[in-house]
Amino acid sequence: MFSSFLLHTWIAATLLAIAAGSLGYFVVLRRSAFAAHALPLAAFPGGALASLLGFAPLWGLGGFAIIGVLFLRIFSRLGRRDVAMGLLLSSFLALGGLFLSLGREYAARVYGLLFGEVLGISSASLLPLALLVSVVLLLLLWQFPILLLESTQPELANAHAISSARIEWFFLLLLALVSAAAVPVVGTLLVFTLLVSPAAAAQRLSRRPYHAWALAILFAELLSWSSIALSYWSNWPLSFFVGIQGAALFLFSRIFARN
Amino acid sequence: MPAFSVSTDPVLEVSNLCVRLGGRQVLQDISFTLNKGSVSALIGENGAGKTTLLRSILGIQPWQKGSIRVLGKTVRGQLSQIGYVPQKIAFDPYLPLRTRDLVALGQTGRHWWQGSDTAAVADALAAVQAESFAEQRVGMLSGGQQQRAVIAHALARRPRLLLLDEPLANLDFASASRLVELLGVLARKQGISVLVTAHDMNPLLPILDHLVYLVGGRAAAGNVAEVVRSDVLNRLYGYPVEVLQHRGRLLILPKNPQQGLEIPCHVHEDLDEHD
Repeated sequence: MFSSFLLHTWIAATLLAIAAGSLGYFVVLRRSAFAAHALPLAAFPGGALASLLGFAPLWGLGGFAIIGVLFLRIFSRLGRRDVAMGLLLSSFLALGGLFLSLGREYAARVYGLLFGEVLGISSASLLPLALLVSVVLLLLLWQFPILLLESTQPELANAHAISSARIEWFFLLLLALVSAAAVPVVGTLLVFTLLVSPAAAAQRLSRRPYHAWALAILFAELLSWSSIALSYWSNWPLSFFVGIQGAALFLFSRIFARN
Repeated sequence: MPAFSVSTDPVLEVSNLCVRLGGRQVLQDISFTLNKGSVSALIGENGAGKTTLLRSILGIQPWQKGSIRVLGKTVRGQLSQIGYVPQKIAFDPYLPLRTRDLVALGQTGRHWWQGSDTAAVADALAAVQAESFAEQRVGMLSGGQQQRAVIAHALARRPRLLLLDEPLANLDFASASRLVELLGVLARKQGISVLVTAHDMNPLLPILDHLVYLVGGRAAAGNVAEVVRSDVLNRLYGYPVEVLQHRGRLLILPKNPQQGLEIPCHVHEDLDEHD
């Protein structure tokens, strides 16, 4: 279970859980679960294009996630935010489908992008992941009070000369980066779980801002570690355990929350 | 238009302010001054321009003409001297945020090397008597308690000017009179200049030093006796109005003998007889 072959999986999952837990905290605060679903899916055609043209998937995923953020901001300004998300989802999914159909190994690629390829993580991809996770963590820690205030009461934040539009850009770009990093490991469909359920459970259990933040990271770690272990023993897909245990985690937090 | 008395220590000076919003003149030639430790009210109906004026003072709403000076300087850079309590305040019940945390966030914008001023947080909690719920989640508090928590948030940066947008809306009589008393104490004891917007000036009369009466984007400013007079208000409304006084309360009504006001007393007597 800890062979060098799986070691990369453990390291990648641990790094990823730090980013997903800490950013997921703000996804829940900002009621942006839909964005957390849409941006990993926006990254999906990037991954497909990378495998079609043969460049590193991280570049394709990151590039398309950032294009997704631009798309979201521009269309939100023209109309409603949820409509912009819907348009983003449908158009990028269509694009991804096209890129996949142009290449060979259609089914395997789809499966890898949607549900993750835990065993395919190379040691070369660990360094950029570690770098990205440290950047995300440091940025969040640095801007924590400002993000917290703007996410809970934008009007109060504006009176402190905090621009809501700038915070939204900042948040969505971080979300795009984390999505790009997470898609190769847990897949497009389950990045969402890792972002939302640990943070939602943590916010139920703790009423202190920093405490709940740390708890969200811890829960994300527990969720990914136990999923890898269970997947190893049972030979069932990792994504199954992430999804099911994520829901269970939130359910338990509701039962055990006292405040 | 009577101006405020000249003071050596103006906290807020608004002069000849004009704001256009979407092609509409929302504020037109507004001038008034707030002195240290005074309570002032911005009175007007919905759409009179009250919130726009507050947003201009906060530097959120740009203006076309005139000037706003806070403690003798432009608003930019003076934001730490202003506390703001918006009108609609609602927190999610499961927000991981205690009252104490919300109040501490009032110091957002301080540089990290300045650290947090814990004494200011404690003072702010004490000023609104929020110690009893300081450790509770803000989302779980009652509406009145949430409002006090937000006032404490605004006080945590030790402002010289406190702006409150419709703080008396949605409060029952008892809570409203407690809030009015609190605002009076903040002004008199701590020397904070308080500016409150309201539809109705009556609950504020016991503590009111000045008022800015807004009608359709134009204003009359001064103390109550100077502004709430039929000749001043006639000019502002552009039609005759009447100021009625009853037990220290003021009522402003359109003066129109043909409609409404001229109901003869015997009509009521007739109604009584039919009952």
